[in-house]
Amino acid sequence: MRHLPVFIPLIFFLGALLMALLPRRRTSLPHTLAVAATFGGWVFSILGLGTVIASGTIRYHLGGWQPPIGIELSLDALSAFMCAVVTTVSLLVLIHSKCVAANEHPGKAVPFYSATMLLIGGLLGIIVTADLFNLYVFLEISSLASYALVAIGDKRAPVSAFRYLILGTVGASFYLLGLGFIFIVTGSLNMADVASILPQITTTPPILIGVILMVIGIGVKMALFPLHGWLPDAYTYASSTSTALIAPIGTKVAAYVLIRLLFFVFEKDLVTIEIPVLKTIGYLGAAGIIAGSILAIAQHDLKRMLAYSSVAQISYIALGIGLGSTLGLIGAILHVLNHAFMKACLFLVSANFLTKLGHADISRLDNSVRLKMPWTAAAFTVAAISMIGLPPTAGFFSKWYLVIGSFEQSNWVFITVILVSSLLNAVYFFRVLEKIYLRSNEQKAEDKETTAFASSEAPASMLYPTLILSAGLLVLGLGNVFIVEHVIKLMIPPNL
Amino acid sequence: MIFQKEATMRDLIGGHYPYWCVLLLMGIGLWGMLMKRNLVKKLIGMTIFQSAIILFFIISAFKYGATVPILDKQLGVDDPTKYINPLPHTLMLTAIVVGVAIVGVGLALLILIYRRFHTVEEDVLIERMK
Repeated sequence: MRHLPVFIPLIFFLGALLMALLPRRRTSLPHTLAVAATFGGWVFSILGLGTVIASGTIRYHLGGWQPPIGIELSLDALSAFMCAVVTTVSLLVLIHSKCVAANEHPGKAVPFYSATMLLIGGLLGIIVTADLFNLYVFLEISSLASYALVAIGDKRAPVSAFRYLILGTVGASFYLLGLGFIFIVTGSLNMADVASILPQITTTPPILIGVILMVIGIGVKMALFPLHGWLPDAYTYASSTSTALIAPIGTKVAAYVLIRLLFFVFEKDLVTIEIPVLKTIGYLGAAGIIAGSILAIAQHDLKRMLAYSSVAQISYIALGIGLGSTLGLIGAILHVLNHAFMKACLFLVSANFLTKLGHADISRLDNSVRLKMPWTAAAFTVAAISMIGLPPTAGFFSKWYLVIGSFEQSNWVFITVILVSSLLNAVYFFRVLEKIYLRSNEQKAEDKETTAFASSEAPASMLYPTLILSAGLLVLGLGNVFIVEHVIKLMIPPNL
Repeated sequence: MIFQKEATMRDLIGGHYPYWCVLLLMGIGLWGMLMKRNLVKKLIGMTIFQSAIILFFIISAFKYGATVPILDKQLGVDDPTKYINPLPHTLMLTAIVVGVAIVGVGLALLILIYRRFHTVEEDVLIERMK
């Protein structure tokens, strides 16, 4: 149990290393190894979450060096929870990926799965580390893997991956620069140590510049509006599995870093009174919710629509962080969990459509989809209802916490934004649902051949992960009180 | 609130001139990354930007009259206050490795783009991507 913080990311890096040693001819082996490693990581994460809830934070000092000098890994309630979310979603997506990987990029299984292992390992490293520079290194490991994953896919994928690389590097460099300012002033890189030093010293310009630069840098990685420019193209042109893996967990982990920095490292006065970082993030979030939803309505391709909806959904998390209160933080963390499940489910559905129909073009969907693929259509419906935020699905409850959090501060702008965005979500999801359920398929002759291609439901390895995720949305929705009371309450910092 | 003591213009420029050079380098890098239409130039801009940050860390560790932190009586510096903090240097070793990896991935992507579209000019690329 003592070694859990280091095992969780390490098993994925071991997986990535072993991947290169596999025989090239056995094409199913990389997938098996990836799923096995992720399953191991998932077991460790669940064990870690159980241990942390039962007996408190696990700290691990790498090489036996004591914290302010050595690198510390720590698994507290927040990081154990994030590990569990990331590994659960990636386990399901990787099980689903078997047919998609064989279909969309045959013969590239070894590099593809090594990159996924590095991505997940890097993200988990970001989550467990308690050292600010170590966080930068893991951030770049996961980013490099995601540039590679985004480049696999459509013909245009390398171009969007290159843009993502340039912007992502700007983000990471800003973080590093801000870290430099904080390091010059405090002389420490350990998060807990920096958090204890900052309140003791007077706030000087270097601290303020450092905070601003770090928040901007993480904002780019998180695709916080208006720094989201890289996201829509990257998600649209990447292969279905890459998108289904990066969209639900990649930006969420950046959101976790923001929560970690703003609530656990920087003191509260610094980010609320000295410079209104929280307020700015909150209002940028509000703007992003509306802009992302409106842009999503304008899209014709299902994947592109979901990409813009990701911008809107990550903005809900930003809005919750911006509230800077207990309720806001509960809403933000719950939305991290809910949105990870919703987005993974929706992108898996779009992957099922792409594999079975050969396209994910909203205007060409009709009720033959529902007749041929009833379960996929059902999973899509549940996830869409959850995105709109109707009870009893999970999406309703995180928005509920955000609304009562805004109400507590009498912030009518935020309440209006959340309510209007639910209507906008309804517009773009009902547009798809209407096509799937109500439009009969005799309308176009050219569609005949594609409907003939869609002879059956997606194979079991693709269908079950999709269904588990959509069932998970109902379970998370009905069990939200339990999650909030027994897990999320433990993560709220005491000074909030 | 922000400026605790009165800082004269001379202090600001004379006392911190290495930082102003770093800032200039950063500006050049950012300009290259965001304004140049050629993807290779964007990548070069990115490298300049990263180098500026590496220099920033190294400069922050510098101290007049101090030397390398090796505990050796024969060198005559067994006084810890005369050492340069080695931590930023080691951090930047890692950052250089990360930077090399990023440039490697970026160049690989450029090769892929050039093979598919036969150009690295962004305007032409947008035309050919349609």
